[in-house]
Amino acid sequence: MLHGYGSSILDGAWLSVSLALLAMALAIGLGLFGAACRLSPLRWLAGLGEVYATVVRGIPDLVLILLVFYGGQDLVNRLALALGYQQYIDINPFVAGVCTMGFIFGAYLSETFRGAFLAIPKGQAEAGAAYGMSGLQVFWRISLPQMVRLALPGFTNNWLVLTKSTALISVIGLQDMMFKAKNAADATHQPFTFFLAVAALYLLLTSVSLLLLRGVEQRYSVGFKAAEL
Amino acid sequence: MTLDYQLIWQNLPLYLNGVALTLKVLLISLACGLALAIPLALMRVSRTCLLRYPAWLYTYVIRGTPMLVQLFLVYYGLAQFEAVRQSPLWPYLSSATFCTCLAFAINTSAYSAELLAGSLRSTPRGEVEAARAMGMSRLTLYRRILLPSALRRALPQYSNEVLMMLQTTSLASIVTLVDITGAAKTFNARYYLPFEAFITAGLIYLALTFMLVRLFKLAERHWLAYLAPRKH
Repeated sequence: MLHGYGSSILDGAWLSVSLALLAMALAIGLGLFGAACRLSPLRWLAGLGEVYATVVRGIPDLVLILLVFYGGQDLVNRLALALGYQQYIDINPFVAGVCTMGFIFGAYLSETFRGAFLAIPKGQAEAGAAYGMSGLQVFWRISLPQMVRLALPGFTNNWLVLTKSTALISVIGLQDMMFKAKNAADATHQPFTFFLAVAALYLLLTSVSLLLLRGVEQRYSVGFKAAEL
Repeated sequence: MTLDYQLIWQNLPLYLNGVALTLKVLLISLACGLALAIPLALMRVSRTCLLRYPAWLYTYVIRGTPMLVQLFLVYYGLAQFEAVRQSPLWPYLSSATFCTCLAFAINTSAYSAELLAGSLRSTPRGEVEAARAMGMSRLTLYRRILLPSALRRALPQYSNEVLMMLQTTSLASIVTLVDITGAAKTFNARYYLPFEAFITAGLIYLALTFMLVRLFKLAERHWLAYLAPRKH
């Protein structure tokens, strides 16, 4: 299939999927942390969360990817030299990709999570406090499970954007499906065929994600009735 | 570690030309995209299956694939076909600026069509009924009532789309254009100062974002004044 490049592109697709999944795991962690910061009563912490969300969302992904890749390379090597390590260190594009994507989408998710937390009726947390739970217990037992349902639509959206953004990591040399397709296109002079194949793979990926996440959404909405309009 | 801003000042024209190109690509693709989006949105809410489904498929496919893939399909992909290379359009299709604007316009048209269709669907029932009672034909109804009202109400969401497009324009640097990101890449290649190069680019994008946000706030105050909460 595809002049024998089919399997190599599929390998690349697997790399894209694992990159997206790992980056999302990191983004969920950072997003929760960011949302907690922004909702904190401490002014400086809330301000810090606000700066993180605003700055990252105002700068294109590509610029941040290039900054982390080239800048990170520079920083790591200067540090290594300072520590007396002589060899030149190359940053792995996969690691750079996971870190950058996680960092970027953490900012977007902090916005989603913050909105979801604010949408939980205040009485829920108050009831938890009335039972004598600590702030952390209220967060873990009361707010977080309810937040999942409210955050899912925004989360789905962010996941789809993240999946599609992984194509950008090919720019810093990750051998994902985009990179493999570019190589195959250059070798066979059939760019349209190969990029169309990549487009189809991405469409498959986004369609499957959409179906799965819709199922999860239904699962978490059990017991909630939508208002009849 | 200190940032060397002397060199950034010396290379200011490089960045300023980048800003000009970014804004040019952004404006062209937004204008063409919106022009495409309006008929698409009308198709999307049409009661005729033959109009509705093609528009749905178009927006679904465009929104389900990465912008970079679409850009490569237009910029590298089209040249695969002999017929395209022989066509009178080839001088345009072999230009990076034209291809970039074309790909961006197609991309934003799908997203804008979807949000416009949502806005059309949420038109208050009474407005349409009143127009019918006045004896307006379907065409007049769309021209006088539905479109002006839907376009206004879509403004807050459209501002988000414009901000996303501003970020998307950075992909132009991948197909050799020297926009803001392209300028940063050139600067980095020349002096090997990645922090200075990309942080400057990031700050310029941030400034542009804030300006656009401000601009849309003003536009909303002008066109959506009737929806603002009442001031007593």
